[in-house]
Amino acid sequence: MDLGPHLLLALLEGTVAAFVLAVTALGLSLVFGVMRIVNVAHGEFFMLGAVLAWFLTSLLPEMPFWGFMLAIVGAPLVVGMIAVMADALVLRRLNYEPEATIVATIGLLYILQQAVLTIYGPDARPVVAPISFRVQFPWFGYSGYKFIAIGAAALLLLAAWYGVTRTKFGLIMRATQFDRETAQAFGVPVKLVYAAVFALGAMLAALAGVLIVPLQQAHYLMGLDPLLLSFIVVIIGGLDSLKGTILAAFIIGISDGIISVFFSPTLAKIIATLAVALVLVFRPNGLFGGRSR
Amino acid sequence: MLKVDHIDCFYGNVQVLRGFSLELRAGEVLCLLGRNGAGKTTALKSIMGIIKPRSGHILLDGTDLTELPAHDVPKQGIGYVPQGRRLFSELTVAENLQIGLMTRKRGAATLAHVLELFPILRERLDQRAGTLSGGEQQMLATARALCLEPRILLLDEPTEGLMPTMIAKILEIVTRLREMGVATILVEQRVESALHVADRIAFIENGRSAEVVAPAALREDPGLLHHYVGVGIRATR
Repeated sequence: MDLGPHLLLALLEGTVAAFVLAVTALGLSLVFGVMRIVNVAHGEFFMLGAVLAWFLTSLLPEMPFWGFMLAIVGAPLVVGMIAVMADALVLRRLNYEPEATIVATIGLLYILQQAVLTIYGPDARPVVAPISFRVQFPWFGYSGYKFIAIGAAALLLLAAWYGVTRTKFGLIMRATQFDRETAQAFGVPVKLVYAAVFALGAMLAALAGVLIVPLQQAHYLMGLDPLLLSFIVVIIGGLDSLKGTILAAFIIGISDGIISVFFSPTLAKIIATLAVALVLVFRPNGLFGGRSR
Repeated sequence: MLKVDHIDCFYGNVQVLRGFSLELRAGEVLCLLGRNGAGKTTALKSIMGIIKPRSGHILLDGTDLTELPAHDVPKQGIGYVPQGRRLFSELTVAENLQIGLMTRKRGAATLAHVLELFPILRERLDQRAGTLSGGEQQMLATARALCLEPRILLLDEPTEGLMPTMIAKILEIVTRLREMGVATILVEQRVESALHVADRIAFIENGRSAEVVAPAALREDPGLLHHYVGVGIRATR
């Protein structure tokens, strides 16, 4: 292939990665922004989404489309419930102390990972895409499902943006983020908001996991890469900026795609990590972050 | 109406309020005076449920506020203007007011009423709260509390750091609210302000409630002020 088609392929791969990454990182950013919790177990919610998608689609082996619909509704719900339990049993009891919750979510990471290893096993299992068609370019054919994944992720991002900026719950969430005590003095049930935000963050990761699993197979260790990339994106974008998170996801996702196709995935990760180091040195609040608070 | 009955409050192991009591009558302005660290702010925070008293009761028309979760206290009709205003500074003026309205599910009619008291805020609705001047921020903090149509208003040093014209304006609002039947607890450092608007003045000393007097009594006996607040009285306005 010539350079042109090659670049197009790399761009397409990068765009899929970028959209899925944006959804995952948005969940991490939301939880950190509102609750000041660095959720090290975030990647495991992504993994749980994928594994549950495998389980739910396997319930309807004859009907891949409906199986997938079941997965895209069911997996985030189950993951959301697990997150609510983790909030009530662990985070709330630590009073949401930033340092303590880092250690606690590391523990949560291992509990979830090992539980999946015990129940689901060490194999990587495929999930059939809900729709199989190919988009034929003059130089190569491309999986149609990848376009569906891009569209679904874009819808999720739009919904999240609308939810945060235009709804009552979004307003309550932002008020809690800026001043928890004062929000409470105006009738905001802060504990409930925290539980909801933690669940929402986990559900976004799970949805990303469901969207990616037809392209990647479900495996109990698949949460590590999205965790690392989400942290990279959230730091580059700025810790308090949802907009920055999404823009950084596109920068990292697309450059990751291009570098992976032309050079190697390892080089892509090296460059992304280097970018984080440079951002931390020269723009500690991130490219799009506001003042430090 | 509101009866604080022998509460003991702690920050960790440090006791801040010791058997503190206070009674607020319907429609009056009660001024709480005391030195720095005497427990004035803590008294307001314990009424709001932000700090839970270890013992004692806070009764609002028979309901024990200490038994409610903190976020249900404002729903009883208590508006809180915290010290330092504590606006949601990244949110717009309109959004700050919206938070107040949502507390007791009030709507456009209440908002219109509140904006009548603070016409300047109407011009600033889409501005970020953090960009307002100090006086406007204090008005917004007060307006936000009024958006829940409070029966009781708790004002923690509302005139702190404001210029004299703005102080006069804030005190005028307190007077107008009294005419509307809102009972107010006003924590003040500025004795002149307190004397100007208060119906009664309650002193607090080392976390204990001390004398409650009428403003006229203070004018006659400045020694009280000297004892509890450590200042002499300047020209009363």
